[in-house]
Amino acid sequence: MADRPILELSDLNVHYGQAHALQNVSLSLGLAPVAVVGRNGMGKTTLCQSIIGLTRSSGGSVLMEGHEVSRLPAHRIARHGLAIVPQGRRTFPSLTVDEHLRLASSGKGGAWTIARVYETFPRLAERRNNGGTQLSGGEQQMLAIARALLANPRYVIMDEPSEGLAPVIVDHLIDVLRALSKDGIGLLLVEQKLALATAVCDRVEIMLNGRIAASMTASALMADFSMQQRYLGVASAGH
Amino acid sequence: MTLARTLLLTGTAGLGILCLVPLALFLALPENQALFWIGNILARALIYGIIALSLTFLATYGGFVSLAQMMVAGIAGYVLAMTVQGAVPVIIGGFGYPMAILMALLASVLAGLAVGAIAVRTNDIYLLMITLALAVGFYRFVESNIDLFNGYEGIRNVLGPDILGRRFRDPMVFYTIASGTALLLYLGVLFLVRTPFGLALQGIRDNPRRISALGYNVVLHRIVAFGIAGFIAGCGGVLATIYNIGISPGSIGLGATINLLIMSVVGGLGHPVGAFVGSLIFAIFDTFAASLYDRDRFNSLIGAVFLVIVLISPDGALGLSRRLGRLLRGKPKPGAPPA
Repeated sequence: MADRPILELSDLNVHYGQAHALQNVSLSLGLAPVAVVGRNGMGKTTLCQSIIGLTRSSGGSVLMEGHEVSRLPAHRIARHGLAIVPQGRRTFPSLTVDEHLRLASSGKGGAWTIARVYETFPRLAERRNNGGTQLSGGEQQMLAIARALLANPRYVIMDEPSEGLAPVIVDHLIDVLRALSKDGIGLLLVEQKLALATAVCDRVEIMLNGRIAASMTASALMADFSMQQRYLGVASAGH
Repeated sequence: MTLARTLLLTGTAGLGILCLVPLALFLALPENQALFWIGNILARALIYGIIALSLTFLATYGGFVSLAQMMVAGIAGYVLAMTVQGAVPVIIGGFGYPMAILMALLASVLAGLAVGAIAVRTNDIYLLMITLALAVGFYRFVESNIDLFNGYEGIRNVLGPDILGRRFRDPMVFYTIASGTALLLYLGVLFLVRTPFGLALQGIRDNPRRISALGYNVVLHRIVAFGIAGFIAGCGGVLATIYNIGISPGSIGLGATINLLIMSVVGGLGHPVGAFVGSLIFAIFDTFAASLYDRDRFNSLIGAVFLVIVLISPDGALGLSRRLGRLLRGKPKPGAPPA
């Protein structure tokens, strides 16, 4: 990890009423993609939401390229170059594919343009006039990724991108994520599918009950079956 | 279809309808009846359609059902009546029509922004209640401040400027101005909702959190949307005040507020054209119900008609025409799984 950090979380805490959902999470995230894995309810989505300002953290700091953003409203955080691909895609039912992209790209220059999105995801070009919810799960996922990329972010957080996708689409997703990473975009991949997480990321953080319980390389985790069972409750590392 | 082409086609079609309908009336009816239709029914439908458009715009694209739009129109009307030369009684007076109308529109935009700012954290039933409270509060304020607004009687004799030597309230002159204004505002709304601002507004209706995660300031967008709706309502308020030769608290009271909601809902909240469809249906029934049915109970007829429309088609007359069209073409419902 000789990687210069882009996004630094230190002692991040989130409370939902009495529940302490995120407990002193510290992560230093650079250009190399990092996966966060863990079972349901361990605080993975809370982690994503608190970084981008949709959930208020009750303590700790989030530094985005040296700027403290944890107290900013979500729209200001987004302008610091942080984007999210939310769990469940959350495309807008009343907007077409093209409108999603125009909404996401307005007024910002950069490497990602609508034309490049259509080039990268030809499927979206075919469905440009379809509504956001008339798309298949895979198409919606591509749309959600494209929506995030059009802000030309420095760092993208992806919350369970493989959820509900067919294996062949997951393979395509792996290619897309690898390409993004090569392109110089930082990637925090929150994922339940170990195969996807380890295919994209060399570094894996394991979340347990709102804490980072362990940090290891993807190959070490893949080799340690008892670890997988203990923290992830998986019987195999397959899809 | 590109936006420019859509606007051009819609504009031409709208202009065609707005020109052909009076022509058809002149051909079909004696002159005085045709003028009655144009001056009293069509013009009225257009004016209140404009005010209803401000509500439909907010409801359709932002998901904000605001009951304060009649109030905002009334603020424009009162500013016009208070400032313009010739109004009776003189409250401020002394301004010509262009300046007075400009101030009226400015006031309606500010009022719209204020309503938006006050209601910015509320949605659904709470937004409805807060805007209703504003509307009723303003009505009481106007009614009870006799020095400023001349109380119950209101301000009269707002005749409008002469246009090319003809009276503003001449049925054809008024109709031309009202239809031109309505068409421009309608096209303006269609244009606006395709801009990034309008797309963000629709995104806010779907999911405000996602919009803020994309870097859009949700609060600001909501307030600006209310400001724009304020401008639309203000245009309608100015025209309504000239149409009614003045303004009184009754024209912005609870009854007027609810009538506006009825127009929007009966027309249909799915598309801005619904505002005008609803206001036309309303104007026709409001005018003729008394001669069709018992003079003392014609409101029952109006109520029954609206009830039937909303019962048959929860999305108003627009939904009704869509349903009929689908029935005739034998197409499945939208949202039904493709065969």
